[in-house]
Amino acid sequence: MANLINTQGLIEDSELTAVTLTEWQENKESLTGQNLQLTLNSDETADLIGADAANFQRICIDFPKFADGRGYSAARLLREKYGYTGELRAVGDVLIDQVFFMKRCGFDSYALRDDQIVEDAIAAFSTFTSPYQNDANDQRPLFRRRLS
Amino acid sequence: MYVYDQYDQQLLNERVAQFKGQMERYLDGKIPEEEFLPLRLQNGIYVQRYAPMLRVAVPYGAMNSAQVRKLAYVARTYDKGYAHISTRQNVQFNWPALEQCPQILADLAEVQMHAVQTSGNCIRNTTTDEYAGVIAEEIVDPRPYCEIIRQWSTFHPEFAFLPRKFKIAVNSVPDEDRAAITMHDIGINIVKNDAGEIGYRVLVGGGLGRTPILGEEICDFLPEEDLLTYLDATIRVYNQFGRRDNKYKARIKILVKALGIERMRELVEEEFNRIKDGEGKLTQAELERVKQHFVDPAYKALSDEPAELVTTREENKAFARWLERNVRKHKKAGYAIVTLTLKQLGTPPGDITAEQLDKVADLADQYSFGEVRSTHNQNLVLADVEQTELFELWQTLKSLGMATPTLGLLTDMICCPGGDFCALANAKSIPVAEDIQKRFEDLDYLWDLGEIDLNISGCMNACGHHHIGNIGVLGVDKKGEEFYQVSLGGNSGGNDANGSSLGKILGPSFAREAMPDVIAKILDFYVDQRTDGESFLEVYRRVGHTPFKEAVYGKPD
Repeated sequence: MANLINTQGLIEDSELTAVTLTEWQENKESLTGQNLQLTLNSDETADLIGADAANFQRICIDFPKFADGRGYSAARLLREKYGYTGELRAVGDVLIDQVFFMKRCGFDSYALRDDQIVEDAIAAFSTFTSPYQNDANDQRPLFRRRLS
Repeated sequence: MYVYDQYDQQLLNERVAQFKGQMERYLDGKIPEEEFLPLRLQNGIYVQRYAPMLRVAVPYGAMNSAQVRKLAYVARTYDKGYAHISTRQNVQFNWPALEQCPQILADLAEVQMHAVQTSGNCIRNTTTDEYAGVIAEEIVDPRPYCEIIRQWSTFHPEFAFLPRKFKIAVNSVPDEDRAAITMHDIGINIVKNDAGEIGYRVLVGGGLGRTPILGEEICDFLPEEDLLTYLDATIRVYNQFGRRDNKYKARIKILVKALGIERMRELVEEEFNRIKDGEGKLTQAELERVKQHFVDPAYKALSDEPAELVTTREENKAFARWLERNVRKHKKAGYAIVTLTLKQLGTPPGDITAEQLDKVADLADQYSFGEVRSTHNQNLVLADVEQTELFELWQTLKSLGMATPTLGLLTDMICCPGGDFCALANAKSIPVAEDIQKRFEDLDYLWDLGEIDLNISGCMNACGHHHIGNIGVLGVDKKGEEFYQVSLGGNSGGNDANGSSLGKILGPSFAREAMPDVIAKILDFYVDQRTDGESFLEVYRRVGHTPFKEAVYGKPD
C-alpha cells in the first residue's frame, strides 16, 4: 500500500466512489451528487473533464512512469483553467525527486510509491525557496515578487 | 553580463544541495539507475564510453574571466587538463568522476555557473548570436531576452519531463542568423513592426537529428511582453500532445508535422489567449531590470583605423590575414570583435587546455572588459578589443595556437566528440576532421576557396550539425565498420526556410581513408565551376546536386 502524504506528513485516506473518465462520461446523471473520485490516465488530458471537474471531491492523476510528464500540465490546467478546488492527488510512479514539481503544479496529496522514504519526500517539498516561475499556488512569477 | 542577485544565487545553491543529496541517495543504493538517470542528466552528467561527461551551461555563450578561470580549475583538478566547447555554446568535461560531480557543481556555483538542464528531456540552454550587443546590424541586444528565457525555463515545474529535449534559439539580426533558429524546437527572431515596437517572429518545429526539419512560422509578430506566456502555451500543448511512445518521434517537430502548422497555431493561441494577460505576462520593469545588466561597457572615444593598426597591417601579411579573417567590425568606432579559433591542426575542434583557458581569462581582463563568449562554431570571442591593441593581442594568440586565420573557412569545422568519447556514436569524427585539416593545410588554398561550412557528426543524432553544413559528413556503421556519408547544400545562415537549407545525401558512403580525397573532388569541381567569386553554396545551388555527384562517383554508364 502506497504511503499517502501531503506536505506535512502521512495522511489518512478517505473512502469515495471511484470512477474512470469513461464511466463518468457514460453515467453522468446517476453519478452526480455522490462523493466521487475520478482517476485520469496520463493520456487523458484535462480538457476531457473540463468544468465537470467540480463534481469530484478528489481527482487522481496517474503517472504510469515518473518520466511521463503529462500529469503536470493536466494538474495545472485543472487548477488554473477549470478552477478545480477539490483534492488533487498524484498516483502511480510518485517519487521523492518529483514531488516538489507536483506541489507547484497544484497537487495536494501524493500516493508515494511503496519504496519511497516518507521523511525524504516531506523534506523535498522545500527544495527551492523562491522559484522563478508562477505556478498553481502563486500566479506571480519571481519578477513580480522580487524585492530589489 | 547578467549578475546574480540573492534570488538567483539562492536558487543555484539550493540546486547544488539538492543534487548532492540525490547523488548520496544514489550511491547508497536508494535510487535505482533508471530513476537517477534524468536527475543526473538535468545536472549535465552523461555516462560516456569511458567516463561520465559533465556539460556545463554557458547561457547564450556569455562568460566572465572569473568563470573561465574556474573552468580551467575544474579541467585541472577533476579532468585531464582540458575542456571542450560544444555546438550549444556550452563547455564539456570528458573525464570527471561521477561521485565528484556534486563538488564540481558546488565549485562552479561560486562563480554563478552550473550544469542545469544541459541534458535531459527539458528546456535546454538558450543560444544566440555570438556577436550580440557589439554589432550595429542587430535590432536590439538579444541577450536580455535570452536571460529572461533562462530564468523562466530554469526548474520549470511543468516542463521537467517533456516528451523529448527542447531547444530555443534567439536571433536579432535582420538578414543573417548565426543562431540557426530554423533548426530549433522554437526559433525566436526579434523584429520591429511598422510602429517601431519590438516583438518576435516565432518559428516552431525545427530540428536536426534523424528527421531534420526546418521550423515553420507560428506567429508573425508577438509583442515584446508576451514572450513567456507564448512559450508556456506552446510547450504546454507539446507536453500534452507530443508523442511519448517512440523517442525518435517525440520532438515537437513531429507533433507540428502531424497536426499541421495551422492546427498547432490554433491550439497554442487558445491557451495563449487564456493566459496572456495574466500575472505571467512579462513586465516592462523586468525587461528594464534585465537590460540594465547588458548596457555597454565604458567604451573610450576612439576612431577606426588608428595609425598603428594601419602600419602593422601593411608590414605584416600574417597579421593582415588574421585581421581580415578572424576580426570583425564592432558597432563602436575604434573597437573590434576578435574570434579565437580553436581549430589548430592536431587538436580536436573546440578543445581547449586549462592553460589556454587561464590565458584567455587574462586576455579578457587585459583587452576586453573581462568577458569571453563561446560560439556555436566551437570558437571563443573577445568582443570589445581596442583596435590599437590588436597587433599585441594577435602575437599572444599566435603563441597560444588560437590565431589560425581560418574563421568560416573549410578547416573551421564543426565536429562532435564522436566515437572517441561518445557512447552513442556510430563512428569516430575527430580523426576525420584531423585528416581533412592535414590535407587542406595550405592557407592560400583555403583562402581561395572562401567560406565553406564543413560539419561532421559521428551519428545521426547530429551533434556536429552535418545536415546544415555546406558539406556535411555523417558517420555510419556498416556491419561493425565505420563509414562516412557525405551530403551537400546545407546552410544555417538564413533566418527563414528560404535562406536555410538541409543538405542532400550525395551517394554511398566512404571509408575513412577515402574522405580527404572525396572532399578534394568536391572542392575541385566547385573551383572548376565557379565564376566571379561565387561561394561554394552559390555554385551548388546554381549547378545542382547531380553534377557534384558525378564529379565524385563518375557518370553513370
